[in-house]
Amino acid sequence: MKRIYVDEKWCLGCHLCEYYCAFSNSGENDMVKALKNKMIHPRIQVEENNGISFAVNCRHCEDPICVKGCLTGALSIENGVIRIDKKKCIGCYTCIALCPYGAVMPSPDGVVQKCELCLQRDGNPMCVQNCPNQAIVYEEGVEI
Amino acid sequence: MYQEGEIRIPSGCAISGLISKSGKRVNGSEIVKSIATMHDRSNGLGGGFAGYGIYPQYADAYAFHIFYDNPEAKTYCEDFLNRHFDMINLSKIPTRTHPNIVDEPLIWRYFLVPLHTKLESSQLQPDEFVVRCTIKINTHIDGAYVFSSGKNMGVFKAVGFPEDVGEFYRLEEYDGYSWTAHGRYPTNTPGWWGGAHPFAMLDYSIVHNGEISSYDANRRHIEMHGYQCTLQTDTEVITYIVDYLHRRLGLTLQETAKVIAAPFWQTIESMNEEERAEYEYLRSAFGSLLVTGPFSIILGYSGGLMALNDRLKLRSMVVGEKDDMVYIASEECAVRILSPELDRLWYPKGGEAVIVELDQKGGESSCQ
Amino acid sequence: MSVNFLYPEYEVERNTNRCIACRVCERQCANEVHRYDEDLQMMLADESKCVNCHRCVSLCPTRALKIVKTNHTFKESANWTKNNIEELYRQANSGGVLLTSMGNPCDYPVYWDKILINASQVTNPSIDPLREPMETRTYLGKKNVKIERDANGKLIPNLPVNLELTMPMLFGAMSYGAISYNAHESLARAAEALGIYYNTGEGGLHQDFYKYGPNTIVQVASGRFGVHKDYLESGAAIEIKIGQGAKPGIGGHLPGHKTMGDISRTRMIPEGSDAISPAPHHDIYSIEDLRQLVFSLKEATNYKKPVSVKIAAVHNIAAIASGIARSGADIIAIDGFRGGTGAAPTRIRDNVGIPIELALAAVDQRLRDEGIRDNVSIVVSGSIRNSADIVKAVALGADAVYLGTAALMALGCHLCRSCHTGKCNWGISTQRPELVKRLNPNIGSQRLINLMNAWNHEIKEMMGGMGINSIEALRGNRLMLRGVGLNEKELEILGIKHAGE
Repeated sequence: MKRIYVDEKWCLGCHLCEYYCAFSNSGENDMVKALKNKMIHPRIQVEENNGISFAVNCRHCEDPICVKGCLTGALSIENGVIRIDKKKCIGCYTCIALCPYGAVMPSPDGVVQKCELCLQRDGNPMCVQNCPNQAIVYEEGVEI
Repeated sequence: MYQEGEIRIPSGCAISGLISKSGKRVNGSEIVKSIATMHDRSNGLGGGFAGYGIYPQYADAYAFHIFYDNPEAKTYCEDFLNRHFDMINLSKIPTRTHPNIVDEPLIWRYFLVPLHTKLESSQLQPDEFVVRCTIKINTHIDGAYVFSSGKNMGVFKAVGFPEDVGEFYRLEEYDGYSWTAHGRYPTNTPGWWGGAHPFAMLDYSIVHNGEISSYDANRRHIEMHGYQCTLQTDTEVITYIVDYLHRRLGLTLQETAKVIAAPFWQTIESMNEEERAEYEYLRSAFGSLLVTGPFSIILGYSGGLMALNDRLKLRSMVVGEKDDMVYIASEECAVRILSPELDRLWYPKGGEAVIVELDQKGGESSCQ
Repeated sequence: MSVNFLYPEYEVERNTNRCIACRVCERQCANEVHRYDEDLQMMLADESKCVNCHRCVSLCPTRALKIVKTNHTFKESANWTKNNIEELYRQANSGGVLLTSMGNPCDYPVYWDKILINASQVTNPSIDPLREPMETRTYLGKKNVKIERDANGKLIPNLPVNLELTMPMLFGAMSYGAISYNAHESLARAAEALGIYYNTGEGGLHQDFYKYGPNTIVQVASGRFGVHKDYLESGAAIEIKIGQGAKPGIGGHLPGHKTMGDISRTRMIPEGSDAISPAPHHDIYSIEDLRQLVFSLKEATNYKKPVSVKIAAVHNIAAIASGIARSGADIIAIDGFRGGTGAAPTRIRDNVGIPIELALAAVDQRLRDEGIRDNVSIVVSGSIRNSADIVKAVALGADAVYLGTAALMALGCHLCRSCHTGKCNWGISTQRPELVKRLNPNIGSQRLINLMNAWNHEIKEMMGGMGINSIEALRGNRLMLRGVGLNEKELEILGIKHAGE
């Protein structure tokens, strides 16, 4: 299946992916309306240290420990994509503790959030489309 | 109005040619009959003929046909000729009064042999000596224009429809083993006799139908090698290209055709290694002499004819064979009028040279 | 000191209604124009640092930014223009030579824009490149062959080695050092994919790029940086750089802060040392010296590589080119006065040299007059901005063109003319690793390929319109050009007629 991969060689640490992620998940059609004067809570986050930067998001593991640990079945695998059903999530944060990549995070609405490959939109991840340096790609690759 | 040479005049045309491979001499009236069928392809602004084998009595002398605008030009030019050549014979070219052929210049014919002393001091081969003298007259003697200068051949041309031009020059009084003819449809009307076709240089003569798009690239290249394109016509530049490649560089006519109408690179790439090396060489070394845009030409030379189309075949040209005769023309009617029954009739492909030579000449190839 | 003050040339216009304070402008500006003020909770800008490179504008996700030229004005006159005034103030302050980059921006005639191209109507057919073969393949090198035959009468292919190009374009000389590793990689990969060539410039060839040798022209300039046996042998051709259109008469200058790491290794000079090329080659003080260098290079490479000589277009260009055409060189590259540069003294860039159009026309005609046009191919540059410029150049007599600035623009260059600062926000003319990585060669090479293919297609369409289906038949075909608004002398030098003639 296609996954999002990040090449730190080309990641500029510009953080645009975070803003596009927040926009994509806002449900709004206009970025200004979606993000103006708001704190963003992106599902992809740029880690930076010593001039190296790297955007991190859910790997959609083949054998995901977060899904195994979910108490309520809020996390599930749908055609290889790990999805979250916020209605079922009770905000126990087990998944956050389990995820070795830090790719699941608390959401301002009290439950958890994670990258769902923009399936709530059109399935074209916005972080990929708008990365100015093609550091983030969406392609077939190795299973994780 | 500018006249030919002062401005470039595109023109459409009709061409026709015939040759007897056995060397049988064909009367000039035949070629007139052929070109007359394509009357609609000319507009009365130029017609002409070239005949080969027509001067057997002076076969070793250069036959100069010259237009003079006035007697002064003639005096001046003849003085030049006398200083450079041994004049074996001179005469007016016989013509008959024709209602459609008007404003005729003085038309003279000379049989010349280069003066031994001049030739030696020039350190040139006789052909090159003649070429240089011709260029000298045409560019430096106002009112004189050499329009034919080969051995045992002659060009006859005028402003008018070709069939009228043939009658005017009394072509029925000449016999030759090969003939070419041209009817012209210029899109501008200077009406200068020298601008009619064929265009000739030494024994090369060319009739051409087309308007080449590579003209100035070809002209500027060939002028680098000592030619001067005074007429600014396609025919002139193609003649010089043939003269340069065939006579001066020693390429065969087949090789010359591979330069002028070189195949596309993709075609060259599909050839076998040996063939490809030759084509690649010719095309990359002589690219500036590649002729693009529509043309069909018949090149006359001593002992043969070569017909060639541009590589896209943007002008019509057909070849017919009957016994020892080969006919080439813009349209089939011009062939059928001479030989209603043919052994073979075909349309050469774009860039495919058709070379027909006298049997006894034993040239590079006979008709393919 | 107030007498120093110069009002910023550009103003950053930020639409605060649109700005979401994502701070990408701040992160991406190497000139540190933008900053986020925590107290005001908004983005601010120091416009005095802005070079108008559009990096921030291009990356702003909400189109909240634009850069405008300030309408602040001096009491200008036609004589004392803003540039004259500002440059004078700057020099009164610094006491130094003004430095700048990219090509001559002054208002001299651009002859390309005064030349029009022909097309066929009725008397001969135009050709549709989508339906018929249309050839732009080009060979660069000597064509002056003598016909030789073997014992069987077969032609011996004795053409001296030529460069084969799929289209009449090459990427111009830009050194590793002047431009970044990623810029070089983009050029090299695009040249390989396209079947054309790029040029190392005078900074040597990075070890990683030897694999692109068959598509590389290696340059030998007066500083001889990075020149050694393997280098000469690695390329498809060797170019002797005598001069550059942007700065005829002076050599290149790469400041020490750019000659670190791989660059010092590639140039074979100590880290941090200024790489200053002498103005002339100190072994070429005359044309016969050039001949010796041409043949030294040929000897060194066993006569397997064409040698090009690159010169700036100066007044006596035709005679100089004639000398070069008789020196044994295979290619003459002529760089016009609008040619680009990574750094040049402003006064020289803006006042020295002549337009490439006139230089090309003069050289091509002169070589033909002397019967030596086949001794060499002519490659021109400085500046070629689009495919029509190329068609016009070829019709004037060029065999091919070098593209420098145009190639950089495909890589992202926005012509801010600040290369000499080393802070290129697009990762092109910089050596700072965090900036260099902004140019991803996967993107860069693809954009170069796109541009060249697009231009090649346009060239074919224009050729087809003229009824020409092979670039050879366009070369020197000046009858296909007409001038507009040119005087008799200009037309005479260009060798073309006026429109309507």
